[in-house]
Amino acid sequence: MPTSSQLSKERLIWMYTQMCRIREFEERVKRTFVEHPGVIRGHAHLGDGAEASIVGCLATRHEEDLVMPSYRCHGYPLVLGTSAGKLMAEIYQRSDGVCKGFGGSMHLADPAHHMPTASGIIGQGIAHAAGAAYAAQVKKTGQVIYSFFGDGSSKQGAFFETLNMAAVWKLPVVFILENNGYQAYTKIDLEDANAMAGDPLSQKAKAFSIPGITVDGTDPLAVYDVVSTAADRARAGQGPSLIESKFYRMSPHGNAITVPPVPTQFQEHEAIEVYGNKAEFAAAQANDPIKKFRAKLIGNGTFTDADAKKIEDGVKAEMEEVVKFALASPLPAGEEAVKYVYA
Amino acid sequence: MPREMMFAEAIAVAITEEMQRDSNVVFYGQNMAMTDRDPFVRKFGKDRVRITPISETAELGIAVGAAMQGLRPVVELYMAEFMLVAFDEVINEAPRLRYMSGGQVKVPCVFKAGFGFAAGWAGQHSNCTYHTMMGIPGLRVALPSCSADAYGLIKSAIRDDNPVVYLHHYMLMLDKSPVPDGDYLVPFGVADVKRPGTDVTIVATAWMVKKSLAAAEMLAKDGISAEVVDPRTVAPLDVDTIVKSVKKTGRLVLVDQAPRHASAAVVIAGEVAEHGFKYLKAPVKMVTALDTSVPYSETMERYVLPSEEKIVAAVKSVMAMQAATV
Repeated sequence: MPTSSQLSKERLIWMYTQMCRIREFEERVKRTFVEHPGVIRGHAHLGDGAEASIVGCLATRHEEDLVMPSYRCHGYPLVLGTSAGKLMAEIYQRSDGVCKGFGGSMHLADPAHHMPTASGIIGQGIAHAAGAAYAAQVKKTGQVIYSFFGDGSSKQGAFFETLNMAAVWKLPVVFILENNGYQAYTKIDLEDANAMAGDPLSQKAKAFSIPGITVDGTDPLAVYDVVSTAADRARAGQGPSLIESKFYRMSPHGNAITVPPVPTQFQEHEAIEVYGNKAEFAAAQANDPIKKFRAKLIGNGTFTDADAKKIEDGVKAEMEEVVKFALASPLPAGEEAVKYVYA
Repeated sequence: MPREMMFAEAIAVAITEEMQRDSNVVFYGQNMAMTDRDPFVRKFGKDRVRITPISETAELGIAVGAAMQGLRPVVELYMAEFMLVAFDEVINEAPRLRYMSGGQVKVPCVFKAGFGFAAGWAGQHSNCTYHTMMGIPGLRVALPSCSADAYGLIKSAIRDDNPVVYLHHYMLMLDKSPVPDGDYLVPFGVADVKRPGTDVTIVATAWMVKKSLAAAEMLAKDGISAEVVDPRTVAPLDVDTIVKSVKKTGRLVLVDQAPRHASAAVVIAGEVAEHGFKYLKAPVKMVTALDTSVPYSETMERYVLPSEEKIVAAVKSVMAMQAATV
């Protein structure tokens, strides 16, 4: 696979555009709680802050490679080509939703665009990804499976069992541990033995004798390079790798958990709300991956400030239409609920 | 000519035939396929037949992911209790993913395990846990009681496009009985009348069918004609056949090796109360395990579990109740 320095101007602009689309989509999800209360039910988890990591990873994919994320799953299908309108419609509980209103924010699925399912239970999707990789291995499809999960998932039994078995079976899977600093509401240095010791989480890979690499997840090109190497390795039959992609989750874990009829919204980030650490959050905002990539691409002459503005305006217009489409889509009829229990 | 087969043999033969028929069927688990001499490895190779670490969550989760990508995994779990350490996959992943995706994916996999090992395995390896699975929409639960059903149900399980928990009873594994020739399939949700009768309906599954048939033989000597109905799958559950039998006999005894509270017997009793109450000449009687764990010592184990004698006594009591009310 080419290195990031060999990526074409068009590809870099595509990467920037996808990062902007994720950010704007998540902003519109968040605004919905204010502008259209009640339209989003349950719990929604946003991927703002993860844009560089998501796009850097997915830019390395071959067309048939699969992506299996956790419940924080809005960003990936946007990049994979799923209709943003159908994604928003799903989050808005509509019949035009990508899962017809059966799944919602935590369970987006679009197998036609290479994202079979997302599990809402922490860590379990890691095993599903390894299963997809086992199918690819048996059927000799040449696919690599991209398994995305958070730092919280890396404390689950499913993580340890699956990484061991994937290593034993040399499965074509890349495990991407998105270390966003928080396990739900809990700061990572309160719950992760490696973090408490000041060690990278990627060293968990040592337990399975597979490569483990930590990368700056706010730099899409750095992510691209380490994931390329891991994907090449997986495709060559050499087995899985563990990538720790470090970035900062810029929204709280999810919208506040309230009991109806109390309306729910996104509150301040846990850094401020729980830990009273405004400086930490301000530093994360200053290190915004989108701002950094924008400056880099202007700096190296990939595009001008005016070009970037044009992309950003285009994305804003796209997501405005996405919200309109989702709001206009009808709610499913109640009796639809008995479909799809059995195949 | 039907083939005479041991229960365990019927399962192995059926899995072999399904693996020959469909190259997407894979078979793996702990402590199997350990050497190249393993008959499944010899026939199907190490891609499709594998040994796993003791990692039930990964084993079942990998089956779920592989099933969504076109394989038909059969996971050998040995003991049903081992499924409990991976219950999220059984209850909250395999049967939910199709539904949550709005019908976009299928999860055809078989979780195969023995259960009910009433031979001194004590509290953690003798249990009947199917009541915890039979109320999960999207999941099927099969409980064969003879070689033919063991053979026909595992074949149906492998061909089904849904996750199936296939539970084979340890105490039946060495029993020999005939298996019909050819590609014999037992459909899910179709009960089988194992012995026709006119005075009382006994509904039982797995090992309890064997005990109920023995009890029916004893009752016949006393002039009581018991009909023994085996649902064969508890999810889906063939309520129609049970109600039809109750319509004929007017009396119902439910036999379940699980503890009484929230057992399959209770579920069947509820269905009959709603759909067959008018046919009942006597109250429903349940013969279940006591609401205890399974004890180690044989005398206590026998005290806790249903037996032929307890079934006979229950049948006689419903016959007597009827006589008293006439």
